[in-house]
Amino acid sequence: MAYSDKLMDHYENPRNVGSFEKGDDSVGTGMVGAPACGDVMKLQIKVNADGVIEDAKFKTYGCGSAIASSSLVTEWVKGKSLDEAMAIKNTAIAEELALPPVKIHCSILAEDAIKAAVSDYKQKHGK
Amino acid sequence: MTTEFSQDFFQLFGLSRRFALDSQQLEQSWRAAAAAVHPDRYASSPDAEKRMALMQATHVNEAYQTLKSPLRRGRYLLSLQGVDTQEETNTSMPLDFLMAQMEWRESIEEARDSSDVDALEALSSRLRSDKRALEAELGNALDSTADLDAAAVMVRKLRFLEKLDQEIGDAIETLLG
Repeated sequence: MAYSDKLMDHYENPRNVGSFEKGDDSVGTGMVGAPACGDVMKLQIKVNADGVIEDAKFKTYGCGSAIASSSLVTEWVKGKSLDEAMAIKNTAIAEELALPPVKIHCSILAEDAIKAAVSDYKQKHGK
Repeated sequence: MTTEFSQDFFQLFGLSRRFALDSQQLEQSWRAAAAAVHPDRYASSPDAEKRMALMQATHVNEAYQTLKSPLRRGRYLLSLQGVDTQEETNTSMPLDFLMAQMEWRESIEEARDSSDVDALEALSSRLRSDKRALEAELGNALDSTADLDAAAVMVRKLRFLEKLDQEIGDAIETLLG
């Protein structure tokens, strides 16, 4: 199977790997998992006082496509508002990385992870 | 013997439709059913009968493979009751379960990176006992409390454990190979 250069780049040099400090109120954490392949993804967003995502980090156990998808979305969400982040669609991720059809679920996982992180942040802040 | 395609896999082997299962009885019923429809018995039969026997043999084997595996048996029981386990689409698992999954993966990675086969073996035996506990829980949800939503979550959890099992096995194989 031929993978795109963008996918290989994110896989070989994943951006924003890691975690934020525990107990930071400005951080929202999303955790999701794909039963079919056992992939687990943790995605965190750090939101500033203006409601803009200023930083993001991820940790993913899974295949190259899952790692690349999460790496890509951590780049995408930076500078976005929560609503803008919520609007990110898995199809855009799949298209950007040229994911093969059998790996589309990796992009769904990444979309669900952002949504979960935003919900977690909103819940923390009573929104 | 004729195999009725309309029968469910439990009926096919004369078993009651529940998760708890006598594996010896399953084994015996399967052997008897498989022997009855074995293609060799139809070597001199007309083509139509041969084809029929082959279809039945395939059906019998699929039934056996489905019932033998606790994960597949659980999924099958749910599907008989119209519940889709959503293993391809549902990504929201209980948070503590996902955290534990992360820890499992970290432990496996650590053991693999330090070529620690003993640690991997220990993880493997811990995983087996976790799996048995989850299977018992699934049996309870299906046979006793009939909590089908909870059972579907457990089937999804079992999928994750199966993947861990495979990861540990691969790691051990790589280190020993």
